[in-house]
Amino acid sequence: MALTGLQIYKLLPQTNCKECGFPTCLAFAMKLAAKQAELSACPYVSEEAKAQLDAASAPPIRLVSVQGPGHKVEVGNETVIFRHEKTFYHPPGLFLRVKDSWPLEQVRGAAKEAMDYAVTYVGMNLHLDGVAVEADSGSPETFAAAVRAVREVTDRPLILMASDPAVLKAGLSAADGVRPLLYAATAENWQAMAEVAKAANAPLVVRADSLDALADLTEKVKGAGIQDIVLDPGVRDPAGTLTTLTHLRRLALKKNFRPLGYPIITFPGEGASDTIEEAQLAAEHIAKYAGFIVLDRFAPEMAYALLAWRVNIYTNPQEPIKVQPGIYEINNPGPDSPVMITTNFSITYFSVANEVDGSGMPGWLLVADAEGMSVLTAWAAGKFDAEKIAKTVKSTGIEEKINHRKLIIPGAVAVLMGEVEEELPGWQILVGPREAVDLPGYLKLWKSF
Amino acid sequence: MPVEIPVEKWPGRVVEETIGATAAEGGTRSRVVKVGGENTLPFMFTDGEMPNPPRVAIEILDRRPKDWSPLLLEAWGDVVDDPAKWAKAAEEAGADLVLLQLSLTRDGDKPTTAADARAITRAVLQATGLPILVFGPGQVDADNELLVAVAEEAAGERIVLGICEEKNYRTIVAAALANGHLVNGRTAMDVNLAKQLNILIADMGLPLDRIIMDPTTASLGYGIEYGYSVMERLRLAALQGDRMTQLPMLVTPGFEAWRQKEAKVGEGVPASWGDWRQRAVLWETLTATNLILAGADIVVLRHPETVKRVKAYIDRMMAK
Repeated sequence: MALTGLQIYKLLPQTNCKECGFPTCLAFAMKLAAKQAELSACPYVSEEAKAQLDAASAPPIRLVSVQGPGHKVEVGNETVIFRHEKTFYHPPGLFLRVKDSWPLEQVRGAAKEAMDYAVTYVGMNLHLDGVAVEADSGSPETFAAAVRAVREVTDRPLILMASDPAVLKAGLSAADGVRPLLYAATAENWQAMAEVAKAANAPLVVRADSLDALADLTEKVKGAGIQDIVLDPGVRDPAGTLTTLTHLRRLALKKNFRPLGYPIITFPGEGASDTIEEAQLAAEHIAKYAGFIVLDRFAPEMAYALLAWRVNIYTNPQEPIKVQPGIYEINNPGPDSPVMITTNFSITYFSVANEVDGSGMPGWLLVADAEGMSVLTAWAAGKFDAEKIAKTVKSTGIEEKINHRKLIIPGAVAVLMGEVEEELPGWQILVGPREAVDLPGYLKLWKSF
Repeated sequence: MPVEIPVEKWPGRVVEETIGATAAEGGTRSRVVKVGGENTLPFMFTDGEMPNPPRVAIEILDRRPKDWSPLLLEAWGDVVDDPAKWAKAAEEAGADLVLLQLSLTRDGDKPTTAADARAITRAVLQATGLPILVFGPGQVDADNELLVAVAEEAAGERIVLGICEEKNYRTIVAAALANGHLVNGRTAMDVNLAKQLNILIADMGLPLDRIIMDPTTASLGYGIEYGYSVMERLRLAALQGDRMTQLPMLVTPGFEAWRQKEAKVGEGVPASWGDWRQRAVLWETLTATNLILAGADIVVLRHPETVKRVKAYIDRMMAK
């Protein structure tokens, strides 16, 4: 729970020495409360006060990171239960699990396929975050060999999974250059696991099958010097997962319950019998509070759907993803190429631009400033009306680039045709298709309009 | 360490509504379908109860679809030429409800008449014992003309008439009042617009348990997060006690997902999009299940495989 300026003031030396750069300890305390100053600026603060202030300023869900030479994943530090209350900040890491009991070629092949996968979505290059390697062989050498095989094909973070601390250690020694997530400390092995994690300075998953036991165990592991903890509450079915993860989020944010204030790891594949079912569960975990999601199946269409969903849910609701208004040239348009207009909501823009681009036909795409709303939403909100369309045409200077006066408006706002004609004398207004996907067919016929 | 489970007891509850009427209730349905009634966020049974699971409606058209994906046409086969056969096939595919979508025109591009709408509605009611919803073509004049006729033809069947929007709600609500039906009120994705339309409809005297709200939605990858958050906000308002938001929500993930390229087409798309058949079903399935997590009480779907997937998920979530 954040402290007020006065509460912080009571913990400061109250000498007004000014060495922190502020005129009084009270002024410094106020700045600390507003997170506009760092406690380290005070040379005289006592260790005890420092510990109290650190604890009070710690986020309710600890930020935990894992890292490989080529990629870092940070999860936790969320502040709301529903995205509309502010936003979700740290998208869950999506990992693919391989097992060391598989032939090495299969381990390498599965890891490589998933790690090589990339997809472009609204101008963003999306990919999975890393590989989870599970030691189900029980042999340190076999596990180390599997980890090495995975490291050969990816420099992204790893999750190392073993129930025997000695096996886990062998895996760690093969994971040079990676700060992996270690899985998992249980009631039986937590001391040894904590030692391994401490030596490796790596975050550690704590697993127990009830919240009571989980809270006990995180406190023990913390007492052994591990700060970066991840929770596995042991549920695998979709209903139990939704309920438990919601309880954990509430405990952290509403009760400020420290023993369970950590990110959560889930295994949707363990509760699913095929790719689509696993995707349904993983999608639930993305929306409802997972920090690491370990998949057991990989297919490009599944990865694409989950990566897009993750972007959607973690988009800041206060800031729609927008593109710059203006003229976009597609396929080197000339003076006789068609002119289209749409809004600056990025999903709308990319849907239209991708279709025109894919059609191979040159075109001028005008993008109106509709405050980041899609065509219909903007129209309903009065941000994409005849006046805005006319203003966009005039202000972009498109008239100087073309030798015709034909403008294609989205089919969804066909009703605006007459008004746009009035606003743009001399222009012929054409009603385009309702959906971007129908643009290539429409553009083929354009010359005849 | 005993951890106290953080239970949320909500003061509000969603109105429970009955769609369809059996012979005993003046209709001809073989069973009725209840929706809503929950006093908790979806599937949070530690907080409250959800007496009815989210329901699946299958959308059928009154004529062979002109612009549907070949995957959908393949899945349904010849029944798409006959709404009665299609309705029966939808029932066999596991639908809880059948949604008949009327088109502006019939074969040969003649406008759909009130007589056509009556005949088709009658045929569908005879072909399936499920409760039905009938949506007009979405143009105010046509909707008014066709839906009034449909409402009369189906008098006593307790069907859902849609789409009731701010510009045409009066005629459709009057038709629902006169013939014992429900209405589906649709607004652009916005909490206040939804609430306002509910108030306008209720002010005409239609009881709340005959109003469903349709806050409009979007597909996975194409703005679903707006719809998702609007639905979460509407449901939270309902649970907190705001009476004019305490209505079951209907959304159309089938329509939204299948108009996107990811579901609709198999050619001219990046290789990274993967297998088309799997992707198409996945797109509709995830759009639907994600919206159910946001509070949807009725999802309107198109592909029979999606129906199976979504129903299986609902069953698992409802198993306590």
